[in-house]
Amino acid sequence: MSEILQPQSPGIPLPVPTLFSQPYWDGCQVGELRYQRCRDCGAITMDPAPACSACFSPNLDWEVSTGLGEVYSWTTVWRPQTPAFTVPYVAVIVTLDEGFWLLANLINCPVDAVHVGMRVKATFVELSDEITLPYFEPLPSLQL
Amino acid sequence: MAKHPFHDVAIVGIANSEQARVLEGHDSTTITFQAVHGVLADTGLSPSDIDGIAAGPFSGPLTYYMRNGPSWRHYMAPSIPTILDAASAIATGQCHTVLVAHGSAGVYTERASTAPWTRPAHEFVVAYGMFTAAEFALIAQRHMHMHGTTPEQLATVAATIRNNGHAHPDAVYHGRGPFTPDDILASRMVADPFHLLDCAMTSEGACALILTTRERAQDLPTKPVYILGGACDSFGPSYQHPPAWDLAGPSGRNNGYTGRWAAQKSFAMGELGPTDVDVCEFYDPFSFEIIRQFEAYGFCAEGEGGDFIMDGRIGPGGQYPVTTDGGTMSFSHGGAAVQQLQRVIRGVEQLRGTCATAQVPDAQVAMCSNGGAGALFTDVMLLGTETP
Repeated sequence: MSEILQPQSPGIPLPVPTLFSQPYWDGCQVGELRYQRCRDCGAITMDPAPACSACFSPNLDWEVSTGLGEVYSWTTVWRPQTPAFTVPYVAVIVTLDEGFWLLANLINCPVDAVHVGMRVKATFVELSDEITLPYFEPLPSLQL
Repeated sequence: MAKHPFHDVAIVGIANSEQARVLEGHDSTTITFQAVHGVLADTGLSPSDIDGIAAGPFSGPLTYYMRNGPSWRHYMAPSIPTILDAASAIATGQCHTVLVAHGSAGVYTERASTAPWTRPAHEFVVAYGMFTAAEFALIAQRHMHMHGTTPEQLATVAATIRNNGHAHPDAVYHGRGPFTPDDILASRMVADPFHLLDCAMTSEGACALILTTRERAQDLPTKPVYILGGACDSFGPSYQHPPAWDLAGPSGRNNGYTGRWAAQKSFAMGELGPTDVDVCEFYDPFSFEIIRQFEAYGFCAEGEGGDFIMDGRIGPGGQYPVTTDGGTMSFSHGGAAVQQLQRVIRGVEQLRGTCATAQVPDAQVAMCSNGGAGALFTDVMLLGTETP
């Protein structure tokens, strides 16, 4: 079996939340993957925004995702963005079961096992007092 | 009367400064000024003949130091959208002769990291190690999944473009080849499916262009190259949101084919189609982008780009020679904007018939592009020796 992908260590550059994304990051700290749904047209907006990306209504509510989805596309990175990152790492776009995309890294998975359509679930890793980062891991979980 | 306002505008001057991995003794300003001196020499014009400047952060300094104010100005780092803005300003009578210039030196110094312009600190990508190669890889990987596009096809694109640069005496990587597709595949992996040699390199340099009216162009020593059409497709800011192939709004027009609608508008302005194009000066940040653009612009059907570029079709002497100076993989890649302008400069060189290498015989129509689906935008220009 090939190397198992791990989360990055503290020391990587971390997100700086905005006024309208703060509820997303607050959710991560309590293990919830939150997304916005439009009160007027019902569409999902992600990444967080001040208005619905389907009808541009400002009336958005926060909901909690199951965190379940499948890999839409992926890349295994061998040349790190900065030396703060440990390679290899795998960037994935995941299509959540609710129907929105999220870009994140894949962990707890052999480096050569990732493929389009792979079932995954969100998992959370605390990297600072302010930031807990969502990752994805294979479903069912590997017996590591 | 011209059939489209762009047809009243010609590119009459082009220049590249020296290009190198590192330009000792230069900063972005000095190398940009070198390109400006070059383009003035190319046209025989003097600063007092210029009444518009589009040089990004250098617009202000150039206007002041050339003492050519009051002049039209544009402050965005120039690429195809800026050239089209300049052409529009000329066509609508706001000015008559515009200098477009940009340069970069001494910007990329932390070599343990990827280039600074490739990694914005946006909150939804910053902690996941994203940079340009990874963004474009997510687009390529999706296409490979949908259509079976192969690493060998990507490598064929990279070998073709790198061999163009290998032959070009002014390319940063002149003499570094020749390359076979196997050489590309044997280079180390950067972001799957991209090997090191599937990717743009980084370098330093500057370039400049001068646009003027069709009427004024007739009095200049250079052969005028006309703008037959041009348009821009954008799906949002680069490198902040997931670069999904299927990103689309209610129109259904998807990011995977960004550039398609710009190309359709450009072809309509020029009363042309893909088969009229003699040379394809496509933007080449990564090998897959060339395959994607042939599909996006309608040269071949969706999913067939991988087969389309094989068998010498895009090489010297082929039906659609691409990126004939070596592009960002081998000629130069000076940062956020310089290398984008250089696609248009090479298109002009092809239509002037002055290329030292890879000259397409009797080239009359060139298609130039910027951007890519990994960056959520593609801009297109059509150049010609004649207008409809």
